[in-house]
Amino acid sequence: MLNRIVRLIIKEFLAVWRDPHNRFVLLVPPLVQLLIFSFAATHEVKNVQLGIYSEDHGSAARELISRFASARRTFSHVQYFQDLDDVHRAIDTQDVIAVVHIGPTFSRDLLSGTPVALQILLDGRKAYAAQVISGYMSQITDRFVGEYVAVSIDPSKPPRDAASIKLVSRAWFNSNLDSVWSTIPGLVGILTNLIALIVTSLSIAREKELGTFEQLLVSPLRPLEILIGKTTPAMVLGLGEGMAMVAIATLVFALPCAGSPLLLFGALFVSLFSTIGIGLLISSLAKTQQQAFFGAFAFLVPAILLSGFVTPVENMPAWLRWVTYLDPIYYIILIAKGILLEGMRMPTVLQLAWPMVPIGVVTLTTAGWTFRQRLE
Amino acid sequence: MASQVLISLSEVRKQFSADARPALECVTANIYGERITGLVGPDGAGKTTLIRLIAGLLDPTRGRIKVAGYDTARQVSTVHTIVSYMPQRFGLYEDLTVMENLHLYADLRGVVGKHRHETFERLLAFTGLGHFTGRLAGKLSGGMKQKLGLACALIHRPVVLLLDEPSAGVDPVSRRELWKMVNELVDEGTAVIWSTAYMDEAQRCDEVLLLNEGKLLYQGKPGDLTGQVEGQTFLIEATEDSRRQLLSKALEQPDIIDGVIQGRKVRLILKTPTTVFPALGTNVQARPTPPRFEDAFMVLLGGIPKTRISNITSHIFQKLREDSTGTRNIVVEAQDLTKCFGSFTAVDQVSFTVCRGEIFGLLGPNGAGKSTTFKMMCGLLRPTSGKAEVAGVDLTMAPAKARERLGYMAQRFSLYSDLSVHQNLEFFGGVYGLMGRRLQKTIHRMIEEFELAPFINSNAGDLPLGFKQRLAMACAIMHEPQVLFLDEPTSGVDPITRREFWIRINAMVNQGMTIMVTTHFLDEAEYCDRIAMVYQGRIIATGTPDDLKRSIPSENLPEPTLEDAFIEMIQRHERYESEGEGLRRDG
Repeated sequence: MLNRIVRLIIKEFLAVWRDPHNRFVLLVPPLVQLLIFSFAATHEVKNVQLGIYSEDHGSAARELISRFASARRTFSHVQYFQDLDDVHRAIDTQDVIAVVHIGPTFSRDLLSGTPVALQILLDGRKAYAAQVISGYMSQITDRFVGEYVAVSIDPSKPPRDAASIKLVSRAWFNSNLDSVWSTIPGLVGILTNLIALIVTSLSIAREKELGTFEQLLVSPLRPLEILIGKTTPAMVLGLGEGMAMVAIATLVFALPCAGSPLLLFGALFVSLFSTIGIGLLISSLAKTQQQAFFGAFAFLVPAILLSGFVTPVENMPAWLRWVTYLDPIYYIILIAKGILLEGMRMPTVLQLAWPMVPIGVVTLTTAGWTFRQRLE
Repeated sequence: MASQVLISLSEVRKQFSADARPALECVTANIYGERITGLVGPDGAGKTTLIRLIAGLLDPTRGRIKVAGYDTARQVSTVHTIVSYMPQRFGLYEDLTVMENLHLYADLRGVVGKHRHETFERLLAFTGLGHFTGRLAGKLSGGMKQKLGLACALIHRPVVLLLDEPSAGVDPVSRRELWKMVNELVDEGTAVIWSTAYMDEAQRCDEVLLLNEGKLLYQGKPGDLTGQVEGQTFLIEATEDSRRQLLSKALEQPDIIDGVIQGRKVRLILKTPTTVFPALGTNVQARPTPPRFEDAFMVLLGGIPKTRISNITSHIFQKLREDSTGTRNIVVEAQDLTKCFGSFTAVDQVSFTVCRGEIFGLLGPNGAGKSTTFKMMCGLLRPTSGKAEVAGVDLTMAPAKARERLGYMAQRFSLYSDLSVHQNLEFFGGVYGLMGRRLQKTIHRMIEEFELAPFINSNAGDLPLGFKQRLAMACAIMHEPQVLFLDEPTSGVDPITRREFWIRINAMVNQGMTIMVTTHFLDEAEYCDRIAMVYQGRIIATGTPDDLKRSIPSENLPEPTLEDAFIEMIQRHERYESEGEGLRRDG
């Protein structure tokens, strides 16, 4: 029985490897994608047009405006408005993405200790950039409140910088606020699983198209043996490429790899186990490679969108968050980020990794059952 | 018939890629109007390429094609208005109904209004599809699909009608109807080009172009070619030897060009006519028989090289012989085998037994249930009820154990095309439990037996067709199975490859292997010891090919073919069924 499985595994490797197209598709695009996406898919927002509409000429307002205007890295141009209509027009025509509206009593209220409201108008059409900008802006205002107000009210007290501490917490794991660092672990998780998913989802479908699957089914191989034979090459390929990507991340992009690479290897193994299960399930249902490809696509797109790679999971409605908990990519991204940037340790990794095990077990069993049913 | 040249081909060559063998090489021919021109040749001969060139869908690499005076490369749009093309498959939209397909093609051809209505009425009457207009094209039988395809191609009245293998996968009854319909079209003045891999269809054409490996071997009346071998074809029979032994002896003779099994007899083509065969033994009776188109084709190809035959040994197997002594004589057994898909009963209480060393054939049109039966017998499908046993092991009780004892060779040789010849052998040997030295020795024996040495490191996908077939066979028998399952093993392959295949099968059967084969190809059925005719999920007749032929009345047909027998059996079966229904209604 072992001999049979070994032969099948060798054959699977050869089948993946001997076709030059296959070889290319499995090796080059994932690594190229890692490089391109890492450089291109930056989540930083730069060179933003900022508008300022101030109805207050007090010193506090001037100080705040100068702080916005001097944040050149983010706000490359600052436009000043005299009335609200101009503000509306500028946002409508996308001249500016955000406008700070300082009310007429801003300076007075601030100094007298009355609660102050500062209005920020954002272009909701650019939701993601707007959200990032509002973050930057609250950073600036927080610091302003911390430094300016404290100093002005009582010069003898040292400046309170509680606000700036909050900021640092954001940059803990990415101290340069370098978005490449937060992108790469996600890419490693996604691309590794993508390879395994494609290899497995196409493998049985391809054999069905060529007619060799029947040849396998009339051989003494049992469904479980076929499952093992089909799983192994995808696992080995996925792990190999995953670790290669980790190497590129640390060597080319100087990621710290704060945690144990062995732990990451283990986490990748569990995550591949679950996606391979999904891939085999797709493959056992599909009759042709085209169907299998669409199946893989139908899984991948929502899986990536829901994984938190593109949009924060916290921003999703509650019911959708539950769907996310069924998405293996969600867990591996969290783990990869955790291990590579934070030095996440075994207990946390286990806590995040265990849901992928039932996902894999359920899908693999269903796949095995499905292709036995297909015999009926 | 004084018809004029309608299509002229001058030195047409088509090469798809620089390093590949040209699909067509220097074909020069004239095709005339008002007749059926057969484009005859095995798969890979270039038939489809030639049809697509004539239809203006491909441009020739070199040479020129003119259809009714229009150049297919430069005046494509005019050519499209003259020519109708019915492709082999994919011509129909399977998810649309019969009527929707017709409407679609009418839209494409710009047939509208009252004219459309009239056309549909005419075509539905012509094809007999009137009752099925609401049925999905994908749910039609093979014959009805082809009729619908024909109707779609006839939406506008073409000058030239190109039919690419219209009879492939069509049962004999529908095949006859298709021929009748096409003959009517020719009477109305349409020129028809009918491509086929069935040699017996060539005889029905007014004129044929015989293609092999991209080369035009013959152009002219089929009878003229057949006439060239007049007097060289004989049927022989021996009292002491079995027909298989007789055939293998005969093929070793230098003056015998070709031999095939035909019922209990062996059909030979001789270099010089004679009725005495001293080399074959004393008790051989021979009588002349009229030549067939395929005989002439074999003579053109020069027969099977004798060296190939002498290399086929009679000791491929080491284990099988020892195994076969003392065991039960029945190797394959089906008992009340039934398979239902939902409410549809594909196979209905089929029973048969196959003995050791027997070639047993399941014969029937597509959709009759023969493939379903076959799949249940080799463990690819689980029967709804009934029992399937192979080599004494019940397939449902111990599937893996039963599967170890059978070999399986599918229609399209299912090899791993990206793996080398050696890797394929290693894989299939290994999966069937061979390992270590025994595996290497077996591989070595297979390479020798099937003469695969020159291709040992080539990818299986790049092998010539004949070698692909040899490799597939080697992979299927490495583990010396008790029974070998063959699914339409030689449909579409050239006659030489087919001969070689059956010579090998005969050699294996002589060593105690049992063969179970499905086919809709009647020449192949002649090789069987016994045939079960499958129709509508039931076995309607079982017997030797000769028995079946003899069982039909022969006033008009003194020597009925298997096809005649098959059609007669189907008609009898349907009469019986409708009578039965009538009785039930009356009672």
